[in-house]
Amino acid sequence: MSVVAVLKGGRSLERQVSLQSGARVEDALERLGHEVVGIDVGHDLVRRLREVGPDVAFVALHGRDGEDGTVQELLEVVGIPYTGSGVSGCVRASDKVLAKHEMRDAGIPTPDGLSFNETAFKELGAADALGAIEERLGFPLVVKPADQGSALGIKFAASAADVPAALVAAFSYSSKVLLERYVHGHDLAVSILDGVALPVVEAVPVDGLRYDFAARYTIGRTRFECPAGLADETTIRAQELALATHDVLGCRGFSRVDLMRDHQTGELWVLEANAIPGLTDTSLLPQAADAAGIGFDELVGRILALAARAGPGP
Amino acid sequence: MTVDDPGGRPGRDTAAARPRDRPRSRASQSDLERYAGLFAERTRNMRSSAMRDLMALTQRPEVISLAGGLPDTTLFPAEELAKHLSVVAAEAGARALQYAPTEGLSEVKRAIREVLRAEGDDADPEDVLVTTGGQQVIDLVCKTLVNPGDVVVAEAPTYPGAVPAFAAYEADVVQIAMDADGLRVDALEERLDALGAEGRSPKFIYTIPNFQNPAGVTLSLPRRRRLVEVARERELLILEDNPYGLLRFEGAPLPTLRSLDGGEFVISLGTFSKILSPGLRLGWAVAPRPVLSKMNIGKAASDLNSSSLTQLFVATFFRDGDWRGYVAKQCALYRARRDVMLASLEEHFPPGATWTRPEGGLFLWVTLPDGLDTTDLLAKALSRNVAFVPGRAAYLDGRGGASLRLNFSGVGEDDIREGVRRIGAVVHEQIELLDRLTGRRPAAPAPAEALSPAPDPTLADVLELRRRAPDPRRPQRGSSSP
Repeated sequence: MSVVAVLKGGRSLERQVSLQSGARVEDALERLGHEVVGIDVGHDLVRRLREVGPDVAFVALHGRDGEDGTVQELLEVVGIPYTGSGVSGCVRASDKVLAKHEMRDAGIPTPDGLSFNETAFKELGAADALGAIEERLGFPLVVKPADQGSALGIKFAASAADVPAALVAAFSYSSKVLLERYVHGHDLAVSILDGVALPVVEAVPVDGLRYDFAARYTIGRTRFECPAGLADETTIRAQELALATHDVLGCRGFSRVDLMRDHQTGELWVLEANAIPGLTDTSLLPQAADAAGIGFDELVGRILALAARAGPGP
Repeated sequence: MTVDDPGGRPGRDTAAARPRDRPRSRASQSDLERYAGLFAERTRNMRSSAMRDLMALTQRPEVISLAGGLPDTTLFPAEELAKHLSVVAAEAGARALQYAPTEGLSEVKRAIREVLRAEGDDADPEDVLVTTGGQQVIDLVCKTLVNPGDVVVAEAPTYPGAVPAFAAYEADVVQIAMDADGLRVDALEERLDALGAEGRSPKFIYTIPNFQNPAGVTLSLPRRRRLVEVARERELLILEDNPYGLLRFEGAPLPTLRSLDGGEFVISLGTFSKILSPGLRLGWAVAPRPVLSKMNIGKAASDLNSSSLTQLFVATFFRDGDWRGYVAKQCALYRARRDVMLASLEEHFPPGATWTRPEGGLFLWVTLPDGLDTTDLLAKALSRNVAFVPGRAAYLDGRGGASLRLNFSGVGEDDIREGVRRIGAVVHEQIELLDRLTGRRPAAPAPAEALSPAPDPTLADVLELRRRAPDPRRPQRGSSSP
């Protein structure tokens, strides 16, 4: 059995979720017989890692620092094997814009989107192009911070009048924003574990069949079905797209890919991939694993084993 | 975007209740589902939220937090604390370590009477229930009065800490607008009529008449009179939450609702938290006797009695110490801090922002120009290590996005200046960006008179989310398409 450092918390806006993921992972690792040291990631991370000298680090961080490759880079430098994606996979997956370009180039269907940083609006007069931007994407459209993992800062613009405030909101979280065509339909999430796509989770609005943007982000107004009640070919296609996305972005070990299913055409669109999806008791990856007969402890054990196999450094 | 979480990858407090160290079975059932079948219906309303996750970040040590609601407990001399505690140990050690009657110790009821009298009120000790902070009174009143779906009236905005209590009892909360004179009693009456037409009537009206949390406004005397009349006419109870009444910096004290009503339709909530210490967790309710006896039974179920040790400490401090002097000391400190905050707001906040000017208490309420959302603003403010409470926390219906609450009691003057400066800088940046996005950058520097608008009290009906006349340099959004 090994000494495992569980990296959790950190300074990102998803700190609370990460602490919950981390606590749950720690419990599982202890049950699996490992010696577990929890590290709330802060300015003393490198010192703590050297003190503890773990055999492997379990990265249970979400959002900035943890999911964008920063902590992974440090772990490479210190020479500690770690769970999940490497630096390059994290960098590509955590940047929604970069990820969109990678997917588009690889022929993976992803909703049309445009990205700008604050400078474009402050110094390059991008505001003058808003009309053309809106014409290309159509309404409604979605405005997202480019590198924010949670629902914070994601705004729905029904018309041109909503766009400026939506942009200001998104720029509160990131210096780069993505304007994306809105797909009317249900969210699907496909988790990948060790090269295999797990059963599809579908988010179903509780208040009937209204495809309501607000409901997607309101706790209690959406329930999650796993396995999703989809036609077999849709399930297979969603799983294929998720695996392709995981590979194109260079994710390693596990990830969760989010898709939309257009409720009129049935088309599937990949929105993004999460290199370190949540591992709390309401998170989707554990639900999908459960549906595949993989309990939480086994899930954690397998993620850990994949890290050890990958070994330190590239 | 993540489906994973509706409000930022949800976490649940209930996770803590998960048994540790018990081997998990391999049932094909997630942890959540396993316990979900056991949860009461009302837990559906107990939610985590992205905002709560955001608020958790305000507690990082490097953050100047104007988000808290903390009195400055550093004012209380350590040696005095030690002295009173040793007196308790010497005089009543065994009682301090023993259970106490649910209604509270008679000594502490004497102290409560002194506080009530200092505000021109009074109560028979029999009508007083000693509680674990004022928060327990809100819980007990809901427990006693509210059936699922019952209407409870609250102010708009209301005390964010009351919201989970209302939600836990599945109350249907109706929020009534306020202005510079506090709760709009005329709007309340209209709403009560409308509810009456549907055959509904609220169980109680929750109000903080003095230096309201979060708005900082005070209910005027004519409205106090009218409010108690309304309660009497319609036979409704009022829950008068009065934690800050004695923390008045200026202006004449106003009579409590309970003293105006005589105690028939008013339950009054008091606390030692703001006049002495929140760490004691000691408050009280004064209520009509039939209501009080139900609350007493409810309290027995919750915690049998509030801490005997802290009750005896408070009794000893009130007997031997100078509690009035301590309140005066806090008032002087908070007044100076409020003044620093008001001056900093004038210096650093843009024209088009308005704020209330509280005559006491701990908070003031700022409303920003259209187009900014203070929840998003908080994320940006946190990146500059400063925090406040976004206005949405004070509404149950999604309003409040343009407003924010600032606390001036819990941090020193330098931090208030710096904190307000940082928030102001972020607000300016967002307005500038918004102006560029709407193609309406101000063409010329603002005229001098518009630069530092003193918040005009007659315009302080910002609480209704109305604002001063729009700044002519910034036409309303949406008036033309980009």
